[in-house]
Amino acid sequence: MATTEVERRRGQLAALSIAAVVIIVGVPLWWRTTETYRAWLPVSQIKELAKLQLHLSADVEVVFARGTVTPEQQKKVPLTQTQNMEHRVDEDTALSYRYETRYRTATIMEEDALNQPTAAEADLSLHTLSESPSGSLVVYVIPESSSLLPQNVDVYIGQRRTALLRIGSQMRVGKTLEQLLAHMEPRIKQVLHVMSFSHTDITAALSNRVRISPGNKESIADSMRAFKSSPGYEITFSLLNPDPKSHRLHWDIEGAVETYIQPLLTKLSPVANFSIDSQTLYYAMLGVNPRFDSSRSTYTLNADSLAHVINPVEARLGSNAASSNPVLNFLLYIPDAHHSPLYIHDHKKQQVPTNAFHSPRWGGIMVYNVNEFYEVDTVFPVDINIDMAKVMGVFLAQLRLLLGVQSSTPPPGFLVAPCGNAGLADWELDRLMWSRSVENIATATTTITSLAQLLDQIGNIVINDNIAQQVSSAVTSLQLAVSELEAGNLGFALQYSKEAILSSERAFFDPSLLHLLYFPDDQKFAIYIPLFLPMCVPILLSLLKIVSEARQKHREKKPKKD
Amino acid sequence: YINIYSGHTNNWAVLVCTSRFWFNYRHVANTLSVYRSVKRLGIPDSHIVLMLADDMACNHRNPKPATVFSHKNMELNVYGDDVEVDYRGYEVTVENFLRILTGRLPPSTPRSKRLLSDDRSNILIYLTGHGGNGFLKFQDSEEISNVELADAFEQMWQKRRYNELLFIIDTCQGASMYERFYSPNLMALASSQVGEDSLSHQPDLAIGVHLMDRYTFYLLEFLEDIHPASKTNMNDLFKVCPKSQCVSTPGHRTDLFLRDPGSVLITDFFGSVRKVELTMETINLTDPIEQLESGELQKEMHTYADQLPVSEIIHQKPKQKDWHPPDGFILGLWTLILLVFFQTYGVKHLKHIF
Repeated sequence: MATTEVERRRGQLAALSIAAVVIIVGVPLWWRTTETYRAWLPVSQIKELAKLQLHLSADVEVVFARGTVTPEQQKKVPLTQTQNMEHRVDEDTALSYRYETRYRTATIMEEDALNQPTAAEADLSLHTLSESPSGSLVVYVIPESSSLLPQNVDVYIGQRRTALLRIGSQMRVGKTLEQLLAHMEPRIKQVLHVMSFSHTDITAALSNRVRISPGNKESIADSMRAFKSSPGYEITFSLLNPDPKSHRLHWDIEGAVETYIQPLLTKLSPVANFSIDSQTLYYAMLGVNPRFDSSRSTYTLNADSLAHVINPVEARLGSNAASSNPVLNFLLYIPDAHHSPLYIHDHKKQQVPTNAFHSPRWGGIMVYNVNEFYEVDTVFPVDINIDMAKVMGVFLAQLRLLLGVQSSTPPPGFLVAPCGNAGLADWELDRLMWSRSVENIATATTTITSLAQLLDQIGNIVINDNIAQQVSSAVTSLQLAVSELEAGNLGFALQYSKEAILSSERAFFDPSLLHLLYFPDDQKFAIYIPLFLPMCVPILLSLLKIVSEARQKHREKKPKKD
Repeated sequence: YINIYSGHTNNWAVLVCTSRFWFNYRHVANTLSVYRSVKRLGIPDSHIVLMLADDMACNHRNPKPATVFSHKNMELNVYGDDVEVDYRGYEVTVENFLRILTGRLPPSTPRSKRLLSDDRSNILIYLTGHGGNGFLKFQDSEEISNVELADAFEQMWQKRRYNELLFIIDTCQGASMYERFYSPNLMALASSQVGEDSLSHQPDLAIGVHLMDRYTFYLLEFLEDIHPASKTNMNDLFKVCPKSQCVSTPGHRTDLFLRDPGSVLITDFFGSVRKVELTMETINLTDPIEQLESGELQKEMHTYADQLPVSEIIHQKPKQKDWHPPDGFILGLWTLILLVFFQTYGVKHLKHIF
């Protein structure tokens, strides 16, 4: 009897030790070998960034020229005022604008500069005196008696960061400085909206984050036209010659690009990198047949048929296979001899003076007529040198539109100086930098938050160390960008926002983040049951047996005790 | 002046045929016919991602090599000589398809193999092959489930990779593939409901296989009447191939789409109608062109970059071999334990266990 007892005890011990091995060694081993490697992500910081609070600040200097303030008013100047405006865009995004305005009187050198005959020369000499840092403005207030501005113009916006504002005469005498400032304020606000950031621009830049229902047709068109912020762009100039038998075309594209386009791109280098190439396509026709207008004996393309011109040509335009940057195509089309001259007509059947059109987020096409360069009976093919200044003037205007540099029509009474040889005024660059910084920050925060959400939701994705590192650096850059924007350092803010975008895109689009393992529950059972059930059944049954025997023994002991 | 109704500035198409082998000729013909229509209506090759097994035209059993016909009596050769297949043969996998949609491709992928869409792109996605309730079979070796597809679309939405998306699927039980969508601005059409099979259209006795599926055949007949300027809308597309012609019941789903389907033009997805604006301004440029000295032009010498190992290309650490127990380890371990136990104590102790 003792042997059976001993054997039974041995059996129980065996079952218990097997169960112990399974639980203590087996379960952790299974867990360890089936878990996925997930590096640590700064989730709390990402959640903080999801609630975006952007502070934009601009420095404005208002300089009173002689004759605009009375001596009593002049005593109270210099003066500094700060204005804050808060806007809540949606529950996660809030904007606050701060304008720090410094008022002072003009120095003698500035007075001399303002005595120039025309506004453009005054602008130039003011610029030579002092250069304003990026993101700031200087407004010179000139008296009504000044002859710098024409009659119906109150504000002149220069090529750099200065504006000239003319105030009416009756405001000077008998008014205190506060009343004068209050009278000038709406005008100065308008100047700020044109030359610096405006609420509509900034909310448009936030469109990646916030789905704002667009206001009017113009704002929709504006938001669809310009390319989204990207670290680089490719620009391709193509010359289309459908009729090489008649026209032998020569265009000095390298020189033209170097002289006319490159200054703009160099000035835009803080915003993005540009790469330019050019090509010539022969026997490339437009997809639309032009109509002959007998009244003017010219061929016409009317505005409605322009939409179908681009597609047949696009199949023949190449693009750089190595980069994924957005491409801007600029096509110069020389009509063939039988369809010359070719003019584009708008909806009112008027000739478009530039003879060019552009397509949002794609590029532009210009039709260049060459029939004036030869007579009917010349020997074909004719050598033709294309006037690159005229062509590049149009392409530059289209480039400005497509990059989002062009601003909307200024308010009445404003005169905006032409943008000069660089193709870009300093304040236009500032505006672009403001909206690009905000757009980059908005896009990067959305990317990071959605990536964190995605990785949280899908437990099976492996998070490698390099992804965690990219995410951390994106978060750091974003925090820096937001703080630089608040401090008003536009250049640094844009740079940090670009770094944030690069890191966040690299992290989001990393090829290793592909979720391929989706296991529905029934498949999971189907995999685990054949492995674990055969061994668990004996263990469980033996444990149950031990428990029932122990209970039986306990029950037997009880009556014995009595 | 711009047509603002759709809010898109460019069109993309992703056309996928998920079958291989000669008897699945009709799936390749389906995809190529849609490819032809989409090209005819204006979408350029650079904006089409075409995934085919591409083993039909040069198959040993093809009586007319280098052709793929879509009509019996060999009326229409949809293969032609300008078809641009981006993913062919064994590259058509679930992984590549999901990589294209989500954009998570290795940096070495060329432009033609990428879907470079932005928030103003309308995308057409066409899938055809063999499917079932909730899955689609890829090349007879793997499947994509409707949950994965819905998640992929959600990731596209999160990154604003599309403005509007039209999803057309021609497989058996196709409607199950769009059941799980939850992202906005998706419209879906399928050739058959759950529990129904999509049937093929017509065999060609000379080639010996069925040439097209019914739904795509009637879809193509419908598309033949569309030209780039036509104003036909989506409600007409929903009526394509009623039960009398298709034997299965085509289905569609528009609840996630923001616009009313009656106002959505066919050409919004199948064609590529560009918006244009007239350029009203020009800049007066007065500087003469600088003459570059010819010495400044440097010829760039191009060389091949050193090939990186694949693990570096996709930014992964070279895989440290995690130690895994060898296969069958667990089963073997328990067998061993049981054997030892019974050998030591004899079989009669079985009653202690059971």
